[in-house]
Amino acid sequence: MLGLNKKDFGLLTIVIILTVFAPFILNPFPEGSALAQFNAGYPDLMQRLVIFGIFAIGFNILFGLTGYLSFGHAAFLGAGSYAGIWMIKLLTLNIIPAIIASVIVAGLFSLIVGWISLRRSGIYFSILTLAFAQMSYSLAYSVLTPITGGETGLQPKVSDPRIFDAALAEGTTPRANFFGMFMNDSYELSLAGWVFTFNVGYYIAAIFMVIAFYISIRIFRSPFGLMLRAVKSNQQRLNYTGIQSKPYTLAAFVISGMYAGLAGGLLVAMDTQAGAERMFWTASGEVVLMTILGGSGTLIGPVLGAGFIKYFENIVSKINESILQAWFSFMPEALQEFFVAIFYPFIGKGWHLTLGLIFMLVVIFLPGGLMEGGKRISDLFRRKSKTDSGSGKVAPEAAE
Amino acid sequence: MGILEVKGVNKSFGGLRALSDVNLNVEEGTVHAIIGPNGAGKSTLLNCFIGKLIPDSGTVLFDNQSLLGIQPHEINQLGVSRVFQTPEIFSDLTVFENVIIACFAKRDGAFELNAIVSVASQKDMHEKAKQMLIDVNMIDKRNEIASSLSRGDKRRLEMAMCLAQDPKLLLLDEPTAGMARADTNNTIDLLKEIQAARGITMAIIEHDMHVVFSLAEKISVLAQGTVIVEDKPENIKGNPKVQEAYLGGAH
Amino acid sequence: MDAIILQILNGLDKGSAYALIALGLTLIFGTLGVVNFAHGALFMIGAFCAVTISRLLTLSHTVLDETRTDFLGKPLKVDVPYIYEIFGETAGNTIIDWSVPISILFAIPIMILIGVIMERGLIRHFYKRPHADQILVTFGLAIVLQEVIKYFYGANPIPTPAPEAFKGSFDFGAMLGLEASGIIYPYWRLVYFAFSAIIIGAVFAFLQFTTFGMVVRAGMADRETVGLLGINIDKRFTIMFGLAAAVAGLAGVMYTPINSPNYHMGMDFLVLSFVVVVVGGMGSLSGAVLAGFLLGILESFASMTVVLEALPGINQIIIYLVAIIVLLTRPRGLMGKAGVMEE
Repeated sequence: MLGLNKKDFGLLTIVIILTVFAPFILNPFPEGSALAQFNAGYPDLMQRLVIFGIFAIGFNILFGLTGYLSFGHAAFLGAGSYAGIWMIKLLTLNIIPAIIASVIVAGLFSLIVGWISLRRSGIYFSILTLAFAQMSYSLAYSVLTPITGGETGLQPKVSDPRIFDAALAEGTTPRANFFGMFMNDSYELSLAGWVFTFNVGYYIAAIFMVIAFYISIRIFRSPFGLMLRAVKSNQQRLNYTGIQSKPYTLAAFVISGMYAGLAGGLLVAMDTQAGAERMFWTASGEVVLMTILGGSGTLIGPVLGAGFIKYFENIVSKINESILQAWFSFMPEALQEFFVAIFYPFIGKGWHLTLGLIFMLVVIFLPGGLMEGGKRISDLFRRKSKTDSGSGKVAPEAAE
Repeated sequence: MGILEVKGVNKSFGGLRALSDVNLNVEEGTVHAIIGPNGAGKSTLLNCFIGKLIPDSGTVLFDNQSLLGIQPHEINQLGVSRVFQTPEIFSDLTVFENVIIACFAKRDGAFELNAIVSVASQKDMHEKAKQMLIDVNMIDKRNEIASSLSRGDKRRLEMAMCLAQDPKLLLLDEPTAGMARADTNNTIDLLKEIQAARGITMAIIEHDMHVVFSLAEKISVLAQGTVIVEDKPENIKGNPKVQEAYLGGAH
Repeated sequence: MDAIILQILNGLDKGSAYALIALGLTLIFGTLGVVNFAHGALFMIGAFCAVTISRLLTLSHTVLDETRTDFLGKPLKVDVPYIYEIFGETAGNTIIDWSVPISILFAIPIMILIGVIMERGLIRHFYKRPHADQILVTFGLAIVLQEVIKYFYGANPIPTPAPEAFKGSFDFGAMLGLEASGIIYPYWRLVYFAFSAIIIGAVFAFLQFTTFGMVVRAGMADRETVGLLGINIDKRFTIMFGLAAAVAGLAGVMYTPINSPNYHMGMDFLVLSFVVVVVGGMGSLSGAVLAGFLLGILESFASMTVVLEALPGINQIIIYLVAIIVLLTRPRGLMGKAGVMEE
């Protein structure tokens, strides 16, 4: 189906089902209940889940397949954002030109950065990409202020030219749309205490993510993807097999840069603003974390990783001291105070501390990420059932 | 006229003369061994064939085309495949993937953006890769991860990858170094089979006389950076020059 | 002429900081083969050692001063540092005034301890892992360290002044016979430069003249062989890491009067210091020091008004530009050796 084998098609179906029903899945708790704070089914967060999913899928094509660790991918996301916002300001509030421009600009930018950075490998490559990203960030804040808006960033204004659109009335807010459907429009469905929100922007971003995911499966299964894995495995042998590795890595770099640009363009389409902070090195670090947390080199891992990080960022940031106290209220007071004191640094504004810790724990104990964790657990069960049935031998895996 | 012709090659590192006026002629369809005591310049010479080193003077012609100053992948595309001292394979890929990569490299050249078709749909490549694995007796291990293979099997896999490219010349750099006797004999048999079935020209750099005399049709003896004798195996054994070189009389 | 000398001087203190951090990075990288993204955090922790010591020294209790009254006519409440009770008021004040230099004494053991714990507890387990894993785990550690500091000290910069004696500026112009006050330079920056020079000299002397240093240098040249000699490498690695941590920490302690420390100063310096290491040549100690000073001075020249008018924003990116150019033209950096970090 669609040029995929059964297993991959199954994976794609799962991703489609998850994204279509996300408004239900992410809102498991009834409105107003104590657990409603764990709901994530509101438009802003759901949009971010899928957009960062795209970012991580793209990053995985570079890092997961070739092993080249880029610390500067946020620069491409940022460049895509700026390109997108200018389309919205100059051409039209329809998001399509913005998204196309963001992919193209990020692609060209990554071609330049990649062409230079890929002359070196290993740690040099990481530092070069980091240097480029920091350079872009500094420039966006200083000299390029006329293009980037500096510290304030860019937002659409009523007075913008927008040559394809009819003029907006004074005092209205410019809203991004897709042929008349506004990104922040939502339909709310109330069902016996539950409220589910279906948001236009989310579904448009979700369609892009499904397409992005589908393309990444095709790349993974193609001879091109195989060559990228060979680059990661043994460049020397690859060269002595008659293959030049640089065009392959550069192609992967540009593809992943275009994914980042798409994510940047979609971010702009959703919240119609762009700022330099999207290019900061922490943003580059975050996408690395998403990818390895989910499982770099696996198909679905980065999507899971992005979802996990963005979900917990949101939830953890919302928890405050009184919520903590409520959680531990069943304990004696001294213990309650103790646990609150221990957990307090990690919640609310302490999200970055939690993030750093997750980062370390994953790299130390689970270098393969959640996917490997899941595999280990399922292996454990499988082995158990095997020994129960008396056959000690593990069947050879049949996969081709 | 030989398929690989080395003429008047000189190479110095600082004051050390590693190769001086090396001449070598590998005839098409033969197995040609290059032997010599440690430090005779064997590795330096090999590195001149594969684009890693450029000689100070002299020519290296393969099929009447100079190999000097061109990249390793270009040399390979001309038809020179190389087997390394320690097998160089894609260790985290499966045996089958290792071989099919070589098949794609042969078909598509140095770079081809084949991002949309799937590997599975390329039936002809599959057939070819399978055939190669059958040829080296590895077909039942095709789904194993390459790093889990034994040393001898890794060597077989590397051979399969080289053969998948239908090379005109196979360079073997001490193919049995560090192997147990049984593995060494296996490798000799494998090379003999390949030679019998395909008639590929082979240039072997080797330490082990057992290997050399079981395979080679012609032997060049390298000592102190120069070829002192080039002859048939039966004439090499009794040659006083060779004995002198190996017993250190040259000092 | 004045302007040029002034820019060179201005570049020296930043250059010193780059050089010290880059030196530590290179030591760790050269001996242990580990790329330490948490090294900037060590610099930052050093700076916060100074903050902590100065806070401890000024720790006070409230007493009633019967001789003075507040506006209501009651005895005045005065905060008296505990240190007055030990050393008396005059000596106490001097000690508080000199808190930054005093911090050095405490920072050395603290930083060595932190370094040793880091090496034993974490870095050790990553010697055999790929470089990407090393980068990632130390990157995570850097985030954790900086967030912990942020939790305890807040997000705002904390001013930590230099001793009164060093508060003035030095008039180089007068000294060199040029126009008076043409080149004035704060004393503390001179102190910082001299201090860095001493530390750098000490590290080099240590590596040059002690047996330990000899083994370390041999290890940087050829790790495997040294391992084969049966020298206890493990213990030496730990000591090296502690030493590098101390160097970074001291750089941080002394930097506090120049720039008020904040929790993210480590990362800001780290990114630049990595660039410095790359420009100097991975694995080359003298390259790291040289490139540190060069880039510091270059950055300072790029911030001159004349230059900025011609090339706006160049001061922000000059270091990165230089790094890119160096890497492309001299892939091994200014003084790099073959075979280091080349796959």
